[in-house]
Amino acid sequence: MTNILEVKNLSKSFGGIIANNNISFEANSGEIIGIIGPNGAGKSTLFDLITGYTKPDTGGVKFNGQNILNLRPDLISSLGIGRTFQKLKPFLDQTLLENVMIGALATGINLNQARNKALEMIDLVDLIDKRHHFAKELSTGQRKRLELARAMATEPKLLMMDEVTGGVDQKTVPGLVRLIKKLNKLGVTILTIEHNMKVIMDISHKILALDQGKKIAFDKPKTVQLNEKVIDAYLGGVNATSS
Amino acid sequence: MNSNLQNAKLEPLWHTNKIVIALIFFLVASLLFFPFINPSNFQLHLMIMIFMYAVMAQSWNVIAGFSGQISLGHVIFFGIGGYTSSFFYVEYGISPWIGIIIGIFFSSLVAIAIGIPMLRLSGHYFAIATLLIGFSFQIIFQRWDLIGAASGLWIPLNWDNPWLTLQFHESKIPYYYIFLIVFLLSYFYIWILYRSKIGFKLRAIRDDPQAATSLGIPVAKYKIIAFVISAILMSPMGSLFAQYILVIEPARMFDIEISIIVLLIAVMGGVGNVWGPLIGTIILIPLSEYTRVFFGGTGGSVDLIIYGILIMLICIFRPNGLISFFPKNILERKKF
Repeated sequence: MTNILEVKNLSKSFGGIIANNNISFEANSGEIIGIIGPNGAGKSTLFDLITGYTKPDTGGVKFNGQNILNLRPDLISSLGIGRTFQKLKPFLDQTLLENVMIGALATGINLNQARNKALEMIDLVDLIDKRHHFAKELSTGQRKRLELARAMATEPKLLMMDEVTGGVDQKTVPGLVRLIKKLNKLGVTILTIEHNMKVIMDISHKILALDQGKKIAFDKPKTVQLNEKVIDAYLGGVNATSS
Repeated sequence: MNSNLQNAKLEPLWHTNKIVIALIFFLVASLLFFPFINPSNFQLHLMIMIFMYAVMAQSWNVIAGFSGQISLGHVIFFGIGGYTSSFFYVEYGISPWIGIIIGIFFSSLVAIAIGIPMLRLSGHYFAIATLLIGFSFQIIFQRWDLIGAASGLWIPLNWDNPWLTLQFHESKIPYYYIFLIVFLLSYFYIWILYRSKIGFKLRAIRDDPQAATSLGIPVAKYKIIAFVISAILMSPMGSLFAQYILVIEPARMFDIEISIIVLLIAVMGGVGNVWGPLIGTIILIPLSEYTRVFFGGTGGSVDLIIYGILIMLICIFRPNGLISFFPKNILERKKF
């Protein structure tokens, strides 16, 4: 497996708060990397740093060997990094088809080709019957699928998903998990932030655990699951629980 | 490939209602035929103003409705267009037709020059910046001796070549047809733009710039493109209006009220679609012109009071504008 993403010593502070502190990790092509950590651990900031929405104080990011640190988000996207957002960002006044077509147009194809590509992506996320519905008419779960289809339409090599299963009912979760696996089988490397431990253990090849902006573990799910620092961060520590 | 996907791929890209297309052809034919029913000069003037403001409101719609930037100083492109064609005709005898092209060129340059720094602003800040730019242009032109300063430019009358000099002293009908053709071409262009790749990307920027960026859309570049397209539509209206009234001055050509009126028209009709500005114009411009007739002079600004009341009603009951009375699928696409 080839190295597709290399994050080295990435740090970012907002005023006195250190959001990311010297974080390094690598993602190999075809992997699913799960990112976990309590609220405020710096997961979404890490996504913003990699995708260019926030500039780091120090450190570097390489994608396919190319330094992407000072590139604009749109240029980073056109290199092959797609992303979804924690707070959903569908184009509400446009149909599902139009939303996904906008993603497909990023690949430089014409409108008819974009329409066909968008339809394939919509079919992939099992929403083909809803293609002419406006985004504002879709449920949260359907909007999550919309964002995945829209990001996939840009033909990303690396897809970064921020809490795909967050805010949806439990019945919707298995379908989203199947979808993530399906996207991965298409050859897309995936970085996913998740709070649902069952999901993250099920889908990830490796897990990056963060706490208070620091990397506390980066290993296979079973190893991370037993890591004391991870247990401490999630459960509040032995001292905290015993007091 | 499953059958649903296969069927979906067979659908036409756009579902335009045939009744709407027929209605458009009927309206265009009626407009072409209108001068043959011997309308009064006032009626012709009213139609000319409708065509002019429909294009100007559409120009504002491109920047505000398509790309989400509220401009309060759009009149500058109207003023630049009017002053450029008039200046080149008065000073060098260059035909206003060529002056219109030069005006478009200058307006585009100004759109790029002020767009690069200003379009980095968003929301209220962009609106305030454009408002101040609008005032600045009026002040600059009031003090610029080369172009007549505050007294403006008087376009010399010419009876010899009316079509070349764009001056028609005996009838408003030629003006009617010129404004009509520019109006039709502008709306056709916007209709194409709405359905183009640029149209898709501009609407994405309007709805959510951050999401648009994540899809590889360079937001700043496309906002400038929208600003330039908007200026290109607005500028010829200034040039044609200058030839229509033959006397221009900064107080009239850079009047901030023009920026506000085009905004009100577009908001009332509905922004972000092709037809909203036209609907707004058809209602507000006759209202404005008839109040001038009833109350004399500038209408005592009664039209603005009525505009204000109507806008309040629209904001309360129809926040998406009068266009929202029409089902969206009738105008643009089929929705299942």
